Amino acid sequence: MPATYENIATTTLGSNQSSVTFNSFSGYTDLFLVCAYRDTRAAEYSYPKIRVNSDSGSNYSWTHLYGTGSSALSNRGTSSTSIQIYEGAGDTSGSNIFAPILINFMNYSNSTTNKTILIRGNNTSNVAGNIVAATVGLWRSTSAITSIEILGDSGIKAGSSFTLYGIKAA
Amino acid sequence: MIGNLSAGIFAPTTILGDYESIATTTLTSDQATVSFTSIPSTYQHLQIRALYKTSRATSSVGAAYLTIRANTDTASNYSFHRLYGEGTGAFADGATPNATYFNGGNMIGNSSTTNIFHAAVIDLLDYKDTNKFKTMRSFNGADANGSGNIALFSSNWRSTSAITRLDLQADAGTYNLLSGSTFALYGIKG
Repeated sequence: MPATYENIATTTLGSNQSSVTFNSFSGYTDLFLVCAYRDTRAAEYSYPKIRVNSDSGSNYSWTHLYGTGSSALSNRGTSSTSIQIYEGAGDTSGSNIFAPILINFMNYSNSTTNKTILIRGNNTSNVAGNIVAATVGLWRSTSAITSIEILGDSGIKAGSSFTLYGIKAA
Repeated sequence: MIGNLSAGIFAPTTILGDYESIATTTLTSDQATVSFTSIPSTYQHLQIRALYKTSRATSSVGAAYLTIRANTDTASNYSFHRLYGEGTGAFADGATPNATYFNGGNMIGNSSTTNIFHAAVIDLLDYKDTNKFKTMRSFNGADANGSGNIALFSSNWRSTSAITRLDLQADAGTYNLLSGSTFALYGIKG
């Protein structure tokens, strides 16, 4: 029987990767993924993506709320092949910049609801226009989530870290 | 079962005792109120993790508020405000002095949104501190593939009493919480 809040797995990439995948977790109510993220995209920013259960169909959507330092804005994506994350660091961010991204997979294992995912992210590069953001994502499936894939925008930079926690309700 | 990774290594670690599950409720029928009572005083903070919906027959992703009252206080001793995005724009409002509840977040309605529930992570800080008014923070959202609402809420209860009970409703009982909604209360030790 897992503890209430358990570190399931953690990794820090030793080389650039196209994606990172977590699978075979069980016995929890929610999952919480903590990332320190940098992409190989040649920009100050990046948009990594979430995909679950290897589903690459147009079964995802999201709504973003974000601030740029001068404006508060919102946009959305519909019938997409993944959930877009706002916003990771890109590879022309300053040295040692990795963006914090926190992802809540709510009630991931139930078989009655479509899966709602809450995300906080912000790119901490010292440039104007980088953002702080909150996102709600939807995977239109009542299947239990059995695998989580974080896909790089161009690729995931070495040094990026990922820790998956399981949270078990009474 | 320990998860596997396609890259890197993993080192499972169990965090014992600092974050504990207090109680969980999953509705098997529509209900006006979910109550957490006799909340122990052994924690520093509380967290509610919820997946919920109102039975109100609308497709709106903002069909109701998840209202939360402390210690059965229904008087005008609360205030709240919010920042939210709906895909077409970002908005800020609330700033409601003398409200009659904490505002735990927006709530999706039950028409044209089959199997889509609202999600919230709600933090109640220093809930037992008798030297502070009580502050609640909510991160909540729902997306329905063409409509959506993602929001940050902050609320205050102007009381220095330790919180021993929380009552959760849809618009203070105007609507019901839908069957299948689930609310989990956790305690975090300081």
